[in-house]
Amino acid sequence: MFSNFPATPPQASSFSREHDIIFYALLALTIIFTVMVGIGVIYFVIKYKRGSDADRSRPIYEDARLETAWSVIPLILALIMFYFGTKLFITMRVPPADAQEIFVIGKQWMWHVQHSNGVRENNTLHVPAGKPFKLTMISQDVIHAFYIPAFRAQMHVVPGRYTTMWFTPTQPGKYHLFCSMYCGTQHSEMGGTVVVMEPREWANWIENGGQSQASLTLEQSGERLYKQLACNNCHGAEDNMRAPSLYGIWGKKRTLTGGRTAIADQSYLRESILRPHNKITNGYSNTMPVYDGQINEEDVLKLMAYIKVIGSSVGGPSSSGTDTAAAVLNGTKGTMSPFAANAIQYQNSSMRRVDSTPTTRSGELAVNAIAAQQEAKGN
Amino acid sequence: MSAIPADPNVTAVSATPRTETNYLNADWSIKSWLLTGDHKRIAILYLVSVSFFFFLGSIAAGLIRYELTAPAGFILESETYNKVFSAHGIIMVFLFLIVAIPAILGNFLLPLMIGARDMAFPRLNLLSWYLFMAGGILIMGGMINGGVDSGWTFYVPYSSMYANSNVTMVLTGIFIAGFSSITTGINFIVTTHKMRAPGMTWFRLPLMVWALYATGVVIILGTPVVAVTLLCIIFERVFHLPIFSAELGGDPVLFQHLFWFYSHPAVYIMILPAFGVQSELIANFARKRVFGYHLIAFSSLAIAGLGFLVWGHHMFISSESMYQGVVFSLISFLVAIPSAIKVFNWTATLYKGNIRLQTPMIYALGFIGLFTIGGLTGLFLGCLGTDVHLTNTYFIVAHFHYVMVGGAVTAFLGGLHYWWPKMTGRLYPESIAKWNAVLVFIGFNLTFFPQFIVGFMGMPRRYHYYYFAPEFQPYHIMSTLGSTVLALSFIIPGLYLTRSLSKGAKASANPWGAHGLEWETSSPPPTSNFDQIPVVLDEVYDFDPVTEHEQDKAAQALEVPSYLSNEAKSAESEKEKR
Repeated sequence: MFSNFPATPPQASSFSREHDIIFYALLALTIIFTVMVGIGVIYFVIKYKRGSDADRSRPIYEDARLETAWSVIPLILALIMFYFGTKLFITMRVPPADAQEIFVIGKQWMWHVQHSNGVRENNTLHVPAGKPFKLTMISQDVIHAFYIPAFRAQMHVVPGRYTTMWFTPTQPGKYHLFCSMYCGTQHSEMGGTVVVMEPREWANWIENGGQSQASLTLEQSGERLYKQLACNNCHGAEDNMRAPSLYGIWGKKRTLTGGRTAIADQSYLRESILRPHNKITNGYSNTMPVYDGQINEEDVLKLMAYIKVIGSSVGGPSSSGTDTAAAVLNGTKGTMSPFAANAIQYQNSSMRRVDSTPTTRSGELAVNAIAAQQEAKGN
Repeated sequence: MSAIPADPNVTAVSATPRTETNYLNADWSIKSWLLTGDHKRIAILYLVSVSFFFFLGSIAAGLIRYELTAPAGFILESETYNKVFSAHGIIMVFLFLIVAIPAILGNFLLPLMIGARDMAFPRLNLLSWYLFMAGGILIMGGMINGGVDSGWTFYVPYSSMYANSNVTMVLTGIFIAGFSSITTGINFIVTTHKMRAPGMTWFRLPLMVWALYATGVVIILGTPVVAVTLLCIIFERVFHLPIFSAELGGDPVLFQHLFWFYSHPAVYIMILPAFGVQSELIANFARKRVFGYHLIAFSSLAIAGLGFLVWGHHMFISSESMYQGVVFSLISFLVAIPSAIKVFNWTATLYKGNIRLQTPMIYALGFIGLFTIGGLTGLFLGCLGTDVHLTNTYFIVAHFHYVMVGGAVTAFLGGLHYWWPKMTGRLYPESIAKWNAVLVFIGFNLTFFPQFIVGFMGMPRRYHYYYFAPEFQPYHIMSTLGSTVLALSFIIPGLYLTRSLSKGAKASANPWGAHGLEWETSSPPPTSNFDQIPVVLDEVYDFDPVTEHEQDKAAQALEVPSYLSNEAKSAESEKEKR
């Protein structure tokens, strides 16, 4: 409407247009019915007000045809709107196969974003226009919701299970990122900015995420952690007495004790890392320690990324492409030796920074800080 | 049951008692109030306590609105703000909306409307008030002693593992207050089945009774579920019993299913009785039988039934499966139809009526408009594609306030004005009340319409600050201005209704010339409601707008003012009595 007095959110994803068409169609229906009822009420009240000379003879009290008409017509309109709404919803829920994956962790009160090449950011999300992205999200504490109004995209972020959402940004610019599910004291300040960039600009940015050094990829961090936690002591390249090998298990069917089966997907791997006693592979006993409470959601994601690629090198082409584990772990990120900067990187990027409560929100000072500044000025 | 064998010679109208003793002045002692089994006195007890809770909830609402005028707030810390909006939600939902129409108007009217001397279980009825008060006191205690900041929805694991506030005490209070609902619901159902006066067949029941009956069914099917669910939170919070929290091995989404399995039908507990009031007001002030009586009665039952199958529409984006979403969305669209039918039927009732624009009727006409908007905006949220964007925003806040305030509260005010002469035996000042009804309508729209826009723009609900999104501010300012008008329009009736208790003109048995058994006994009614149990010989809403109009004309010809004010009419009927 007016630039400084807007009444609509910007349209910045492939869903925005279709969403708004359905929204305005519903709005038109709302206006038509409200005006119809309103005019009916006002007209009747004026015409049949006590003392008016209107003809009141032969009033009707029931009329099957009228009743059928105003049951069936709204029903048909409702079913039409249901059809279009559902169609859009199914599109929103089924990510295309070529969508690039981004991991999102919600925690009181910040968003932690992990790109698949290892670049991390807090309370911001950088994406290029014109490319589909799939967000795999989990919460480390309470339920949050990842909400980008300009994309018309919103999804709960739940502890204990992965949820996904996807979108294709279309319009470069900066947009609001909100947590829309009440999550405690600083709920309203849990959010930041989604930056949609021109593809070329983004290609530069994602190299190092605005940092001077390229970071480890998720898989590389996962491998480090795999060794650090001594997973490889038991889970080696081949099944042994203590534990089954994890090579090539990604996406495979596992037989559990008692004859149940499970697909080795994200939920299964997460469960088996954190609470291994729940799903024990057939032929093994419950000897693996519980990692629930020992490692955080971020570490789980790293381990999973690693387990996924050691799968691909043994078990044939991976779902994400033709990379083998060796290629993923060693060569794809330019000249820097993957483990040269290990120590620095792991220190820099580890949980300490992530766990601290932010005092700024996407570069702006938080309210308390503003108040303090104003006070200082006043004095 | 306790119905006295009716004398076939007594007509329905002759049940007016001759004594001056009524249920209010029969015994003035406090003990007689606190140990009463009289449904009318229990309704008054509810009226006083519920009004008090409404007042507290409104103060919380005012604080929220004031705070949101500035993007970074004025007076509250975020933690306090969260406690305030939680208090507003909890008080308004559990201590006002669920109780207001059923326990005040329903309790007072149900036996009168069906020609009974009391509810089927008077002591259970009194117990329900005590349970309500116990629950209310615990809830208020929790809010004073530490507060509660989990919102009225108590989503886990926040409420069970993370909230540092006094969630346990408040939940215990809601748990106890739930049983008050259940006992009321049982009373409604049994009373309607067993206590109807001779001749009061099911299809002669006023639509208010149908609505209360449907409400009773929803209450006793739904409330036990939420009671147990809230108990589970308490167990998880206090004993770390793993039920909902993922870190203990539970499932947080399970809680949402259980919670909404009650809390969606609870919306119908709040709005169905309002439909009932609405049907009474429209019929009596249009002087005409409600159009499509049977369809309205059955649509209440259809809503009560379908209402239990749509809870998943609160969870489209909370990781329930896509297919669940599709089914719940379809049923949600279907449940919209019975509500639409009601709106059309009320409008059609006006056709060829003899409409009197008195205060209750102005509320009733306002209800039609506001409920239409409230109901239709519900479609945006039941529609899957648009819900993804709109849920958890101010759009949803505006939607349920249109249904709950624009619908339930407007109907409650209309009903309270309509039955006020019957409940208290006094008349309220008509012209102030009329203008105030218009003020409610204006203030309400000013408050909540801007919230639709700001919600569509993406303002999430339960946000204390929005300094990072200054484009939301104009709408919050409008909304706060409106809420000031709305607050004024709630204070004014509080004043003139209270004043009318002592200063108001005495009401006749039937100051509106309305039709219905409750108008055939004196105002206020005697303790036993009717001197003799009436026999119902005529149909419900047996008005005759044509004859009435001719009588008006004849009166005009005799130079009697065609518009008889309440006062004049009641004076006239006083004379008749003598």
